[in-house]
Amino acid sequence: MSSVIEGLHRQLGLTDEELERILGVLGREPSRAELAMYSLMWSEHCSYKSSKVHLRRLPSEGPRVLQGPGENAGVVDLGDGVAAVFKIESHNHPSFVEPFQGAATGVGGIIRDILAMGARPVASLNSLRFGDPAEPMTRRLLEGVVAGIGHYGNCVGVATVGGEVAFDPRYAGNPLVNALTVGFMPAERRLSGRAGRAGDLAVLMGAKTGRDGIGGASVLASASFEEGDHAKRPNVQVGDPFQEKLLIEACLELAERGLLRGLQDLGAAGISCAVAEVAARAGMGMEVDLDAVPLREPSMEAWEVLVSESQERMLALVDPERLDDVLEVCRQWGILASVLGEMTEGRSGGLEELGGPPQPQRGSGGLLRVRFRGEVVAEVPAASLADEGPVYSRPLVPPPPPTAGTEVPLDAEVAEAVLAVAADPTCASKRWVWEQYDRFVGHGTVAGPGHDAAVLRVPGTGRAVALATDGNGRYAALDPRAGAALAVAEAARNVACTGARPIAVTNCLNFASPERPEVMGAFAAAVDGMAAACHALGLPVTGGNVSFYNESSGRPIHPTPIVGVLGLLEDATTAVPTGFPRPGLTVWLLGETRVELGGSVWQRLTTGRLEGPPPVLDLTAEARLHQLLLDLAARRQLAGTHDLADGGLAVALVEATLAAGVGAMVDLPPVRGAAALPPEHVPMAALTSESASRVLVAAPPEAAEELEALTAEAGVPLARLGTTGGDRLIVPGLLDLPLSRLRDAYEGALPHALGDPV
Amino acid sequence: MVRIGVVTFPGSCDDRDARAAVATMGADPVALWHGDGDLRGVDAVILPGGFSYGDYLRCGAIARFSPVMGAVAAFARAGGPVLGICNGFQVLCEAGLLPGALLRNAGLRFVCREVEVVVDSTATAWTSACPPGATLAIPVKHGEGRYVHPDPAALAAAGQVVFRYAPGHNPNGSQADIAGVTNPAGNVVGLMPHPEHAVDPLLGPTGGRGLFESVLGARV
Repeated sequence: MSSVIEGLHRQLGLTDEELERILGVLGREPSRAELAMYSLMWSEHCSYKSSKVHLRRLPSEGPRVLQGPGENAGVVDLGDGVAAVFKIESHNHPSFVEPFQGAATGVGGIIRDILAMGARPVASLNSLRFGDPAEPMTRRLLEGVVAGIGHYGNCVGVATVGGEVAFDPRYAGNPLVNALTVGFMPAERRLSGRAGRAGDLAVLMGAKTGRDGIGGASVLASASFEEGDHAKRPNVQVGDPFQEKLLIEACLELAERGLLRGLQDLGAAGISCAVAEVAARAGMGMEVDLDAVPLREPSMEAWEVLVSESQERMLALVDPERLDDVLEVCRQWGILASVLGEMTEGRSGGLEELGGPPQPQRGSGGLLRVRFRGEVVAEVPAASLADEGPVYSRPLVPPPPPTAGTEVPLDAEVAEAVLAVAADPTCASKRWVWEQYDRFVGHGTVAGPGHDAAVLRVPGTGRAVALATDGNGRYAALDPRAGAALAVAEAARNVACTGARPIAVTNCLNFASPERPEVMGAFAAAVDGMAAACHALGLPVTGGNVSFYNESSGRPIHPTPIVGVLGLLEDATTAVPTGFPRPGLTVWLLGETRVELGGSVWQRLTTGRLEGPPPVLDLTAEARLHQLLLDLAARRQLAGTHDLADGGLAVALVEATLAAGVGAMVDLPPVRGAAALPPEHVPMAALTSESASRVLVAAPPEAAEELEALTAEAGVPLARLGTTGGDRLIVPGLLDLPLSRLRDAYEGALPHALGDPV
Repeated sequence: MVRIGVVTFPGSCDDRDARAAVATMGADPVALWHGDGDLRGVDAVILPGGFSYGDYLRCGAIARFSPVMGAVAAFARAGGPVLGICNGFQVLCEAGLLPGALLRNAGLRFVCREVEVVVDSTATAWTSACPPGATLAIPVKHGEGRYVHPDPAALAAAGQVVFRYAPGHNPNGSQADIAGVTNPAGNVVGLMPHPEHAVDPLLGPTGGRGLFESVLGARV
C-alpha cells in the first residue's frame, strides 16, 4: 500500500473493508482526493449505510406525494397547483461542539434543501433536546443553539414558527438539534438535483470555499464523542445568513424565469456530494474544474476543495445557452457564480490519465473527472460515490420488553402537583426560546409557537398547512417501537387539533452508535413502529434524516425518533386555535384516560425513574379521533382544542387556560382501571396519566348535541368536563388556583432555571 | 391608486411583507431596488425591516450609502412621506433623516413579541388617521431597537415622538419608552414595531392599519 493511503483512510473514518471496496471499484489505489471523496460520501451521515435496509420499510407513497425520499426534500401536492416542500434534518454534533454556528448552519442547510427543489423556504420548526437546564453546560448550549437558530432564521427571512424543547440528563453530552423547514412553490416548477443532458453546465453559486467544515459529515457526524473532542471545532461550518438570503433570492429568480435545468444544494461533503449526486441521479458523468471554485484560502489542496462544507453554496444545472442570463441574475444579487463543470454522457473514457488500465465499472452511469491546477486529481464513477457505497445489515439485538409496571405516588396535594408539573422545564412555556425567533416574516403565520401546531397560509390560495414536530425519548427508551408510533400519533394529532388533515411525514431518527447491537435493535424497532403508525394513519414519509453516533464518552442518548407532520387545511380561516379562546364555552375531553404513568413526567418528577410500559397506542382509535376533529372543525363546532401529551391533563388544562387568559371550572374525567386504585389516588391519576389519543376541546354550548352525536358515531370516548370563564382554574373540591399563579409557574420556570428571570 | 414604493436592499427580509401589506390596504406596491437612484414616481416610500447588507457593520450604516438612499433623501426633503420600519428606521437614523440612534436591546437578546404602542403624535404623514392616544397592537422583532436620544423630553416637546411603548411593553429599554419618531416636518417616520405584520386579521392584531390608512389619506 502506498504511503499516500497508508492509514489515512482510517483517519478519514473509512474501515479497511471499505478501502478494499474502493480499490475494487477503481482497480487501483485512490488518489488522496478520491479517498477524501469516498470517506465523506460513504460516511454514515451521507450514505445511510447502516439505516438503509431498515428505512425501506417506511411507506413513502401516497396520492399527494410528488417527490418521496431520495431528493433534497419531499414534495406534496396541496391542490390548486401549489406544492409544499418540507424536510427535517439533524445538526446535533456541530451544535455540541460549537452551539451557535452548529445550530445556525443546521438551519441554513435545511433551508437550502428546500430551495433546491425550487421552493421559497417559508418557515422552520426545531426539535431540541438538552440536559438538565440547571447545569451550566446546558445553559451554555441552550443559549448558543437558540441564538444560532434565531440569528440565521431571522437574518435570512424565514420565520421560525414552532417545534419543541425537552430536557433530560441523557442529552447532557449530546444535545439534539433537529431543524425542519417548509417552503411553497407552483407544483409545475418542481426542480430536482438531477442533471438534464450532456453539455449542460454546472454553475457553482454563492460563497467562497474555505477550510471550514472539512470532514463534517465523516469525522464529526459519523462518530461518537469522546473526552477532549472540542478539538473537532474546525470540523464545524460557519454560517453567513446574509449570503444565504442573496442566494435564495437569486435561485428563486432563476427558477421563476425558467433558467434552470436542475438545482442542488451543497451540504455534507460539499462539492463531492453535489457533483456525484446530480450526475448519479441522471446516470451521467461530469467534467469538474476545481480551478473555477472561488477560494477563501488559495493554498487549499484539491481534496480540501472537494470536501469543504463551506456554507451558502448551490449548484445550478444550466443549458449553455442560458448561461449568460444565469450569470447576470447572480451578478444582480451580488453573488459569485462560476462554471464548475459540464455534464457528460453515461459512458466515457477510462482511467488512463491516472495511470491505471481502463476498468469495467460497477453499475451504470458516468465518470466524475476532476481537474485542479492542470492535473486530473480524481476520476471515479459518479454512482460509486452516490449510490454504490457499502450497505450494512448490522447485527442487532431486539429491545427487551418494557417492565410490567411502575410504582408512582398518587397521593400528592393536587394544587402543588399541578404547579410542579407546569413548572417542569420540559412541560413549561418555551417563550424564552421562541421570543428570540422572528415568527412573523413571510406574512403567512396564522398560528406560531405555543400552539399545538404551527399554521401557515399557503400563498396565493385560501388554504393553510399545519406543521408539528414531536418525539418522546423517554417513551422510546422504554419501548422503541411504541415510542416511534406515539411520536407519529402525537404529531399528527397536534396537526388535526387545528382542523388540518395530516398528509405527510418527515422524520429524524436520532440514535447512538449503530455499531452497538442494542442500538441497532432499538433503531429497527423504531422504524417498525413508525411504519405501522404511518400505515394506520395514511401518512407517507417523504424524506428525513438519520443521525447515529449520538453518544458521549460511551453514554448514549435516549433513542429519539422525531416526527414532523404536515397537514392541509382547505380554508385557512377555519384554523382552530389552541386552548380556551373565550368564556362561556363547554369543555370536553375526547379519548379515554387510563392509569398510564410509564415514562411520564409525573413518574420522573416523583421517582426519578424511567420504567414501565409507555402509554398504549390504539392506532385505529387514533385515526378515528383525527377524523372526528376534522369533521368537527369543518362544521366550525370547535372554538379551541388542545392535545394532551407530556404532563397529561394537568399540563393541558394549564396551557389551555393560559392561552388566552380564560379560566375554567372542570371536573376530572373518568379513569379506566380506577377501581384498582385507592379512591383518593384517582384524581392524580386523571391529571398526570399520559394516555394517548386524547384532546381537550372547547365548544359553544349550542354545539353540544352535534358534538355528542358525531363523537358517538365516531366511537370516540367523550367526557363533559365543565365550562370556561373567570380567571381561575377550578376543579371543585380539589383545585382552585388563580391563573396568575399558574402563569408564574408555567412562564417563569425556564427563565428561572436558566438564571434569567423575566 | 396611491403608489407606495418598498425598497429592497440586499438582506431586506420584510420587503415582500411590506408590499403585501400595501396591497392589502388597497394601494399599489412598487418594488424599488437599492442600486437604482430612481423612485419610479411613487407617492410614498417604505424602508422595510431586515438586515441590509447583513448588518455586519452598524445596522443601516452601509444602506445609507446606497444609490436609492440619495433619491429617498431628496424625496424626503421635498416633503414626500417616508416610513422606516425596524432596519429601515435604523437606516433613516444613520442617514441623518431622523434624530437619535438604535442600540443593542437592554436584554442583549433578539426579541420577537406582540406589544402595544401608544400614538403620541398624529401630526405626521403616517399617523394622521390614528386617533390621538390610540393604543395599537403591533409586533416587534429586533436585536438592536433601544432608542436613545440626548434629550428625549425636548424631542417630545417638539412633537417628534410619534409612538411610545405602552406601560410594561417596552421590549428593549428604549429611552422614555420611545418606539418611533419623526422629523420636524412630520413626513419622515421611523419605528421599531412592524405595522406591515399587523394589517391582516387572519394573522393576528391589526394595529398597523392606521399607518397605511394615514398615508393613503383614508380617515377613519
